[in-house]
Amino acid sequence: MKKNSVKSIVAIGIGAALFFVLGRFVAIPSPVPNTNISIQYGLLAFMSVVFGPIEGLLIGFIGHALIDFSYGWGVWWSWVIASGVFGILMGLLGMILRIGRKDFGKADIIKFNVAQIISHIICWGIVAPALDIVIYAEPIEKLFAQGLVSAVANIVTTAIVGTMLLAAYLATKPKKGSLKEE
Amino acid sequence: MINIFNYIDRESPIHRLTGATKLVCLIFLTLAAMTTYDTRLLVALPLVSIALFAISGIKLKDVSFMLAFTMVFMVLNNVLVFLFAPQHGVELYGTKHVLLVLTSRYTITAEQLFYHLNLVLKYLCTIPVVLLFVSTTNPSEFAASLNRIGIKYSIAYSVALALRYIPDIQQEYHEISQAQQARGIEMSKKENIVKRLKSASAILIPLILSSMDRIETISNAMELRGFGKNKKRTWYMGRRFRAADILAMVSSILVFALALYLNFRNGSRFWNPFG
Repeated sequence: MKKNSVKSIVAIGIGAALFFVLGRFVAIPSPVPNTNISIQYGLLAFMSVVFGPIEGLLIGFIGHALIDFSYGWGVWWSWVIASGVFGILMGLLGMILRIGRKDFGKADIIKFNVAQIISHIICWGIVAPALDIVIYAEPIEKLFAQGLVSAVANIVTTAIVGTMLLAAYLATKPKKGSLKEE
Repeated sequence: MINIFNYIDRESPIHRLTGATKLVCLIFLTLAAMTTYDTRLLVALPLVSIALFAISGIKLKDVSFMLAFTMVFMVLNNVLVFLFAPQHGVELYGTKHVLLVLTSRYTITAEQLFYHLNLVLKYLCTIPVVLLFVSTTNPSEFAASLNRIGIKYSIAYSVALALRYIPDIQQEYHEISQAQQARGIEMSKKENIVKRLKSASAILIPLILSSMDRIETISNAMELRGFGKNKKRTWYMGRRFRAADILAMVSSILVFALALYLNFRNGSRFWNPFG
């Protein structure tokens, strides 16, 4: 956590609360069981890029664990951890690609979406199934099918929701050199 | 709306345990259920949890909604496992006792049915423990208990903030959604999925922007009160450990140790009655 740790703590808390509300009450069921079309990953991608990898990790981890607790179906640690990993990856890629650090433009939209596609594929295509194999010893084919479906669904929702959020947020920031001497 | 975590305030020995104790028990019992595929232990654990339910005074009808939800989830998961890997049990146990041939791929074997039995039992191990935890632990005490088991208080405070603001954000989401719908935004099944996602964004943007302001306000307020100055902090909802707490924690750790021991003695995570 960087210079302003109090702000990070609050961002994690509010971010996790938002993640929870979106994931718990705004879920759209998909045709494949156990997987929802969840718009909370658009939010998580956006928050991670704005605040950083550690904040992203904790927003994803806390938010997802709270959702699982509230459903009472047992906490699926493999998927909870994968949500945290998604936060880290988006935070890191956001820093490396310097998304939204200068004036917001088309380049940022492309960078943001490249970053989110890479992160989603790593998380749901590799991290979540791998942890499921270790923890639950479920058949590999089934886990990768589930992983693939949620990766695709999350990429689509993040591309729409995440990009819009980022654009709207960065538009509220004053542009560099927006004040002119008259 | 306030009671999203289904906390039920009753007087019982389980309610009297501190939140930290219940969290430690939850972690070790779910870890035990996760690591082992030993059917004997998987049968014993749900019996213990049912006994604990009886002690806690939580009635079946209090949790019936959550339970029904989870059962659907469990059935779907089993169907999915069978569809994708009808011979998974044969691979795991190394023998093949054919019971019924449907097609050459979907042959029902004793090993596969036994694997499904284990999968169901694994659910039955974790579900009651989690239900018991959420229905007997006050959410406000939960954050204090995280700090008690060694998690940094800044992170415990983040969890406390999340729990505190979930109802507010839920309320705000609802208000914005109604306002936007009054202005003609369509969220129902009549629209296609891309349109629906775009409408969702029209609600999200005001929600997120106002939440960003909220973050600013709260962190200013906390800084003005000197949050983060000291290495430790106390919790209004924190409680001291008593004998029953220590007993509960030690026994849950013993169950986890038993699971590890069985894995070691069986030579793998699977208890194999076929070999």
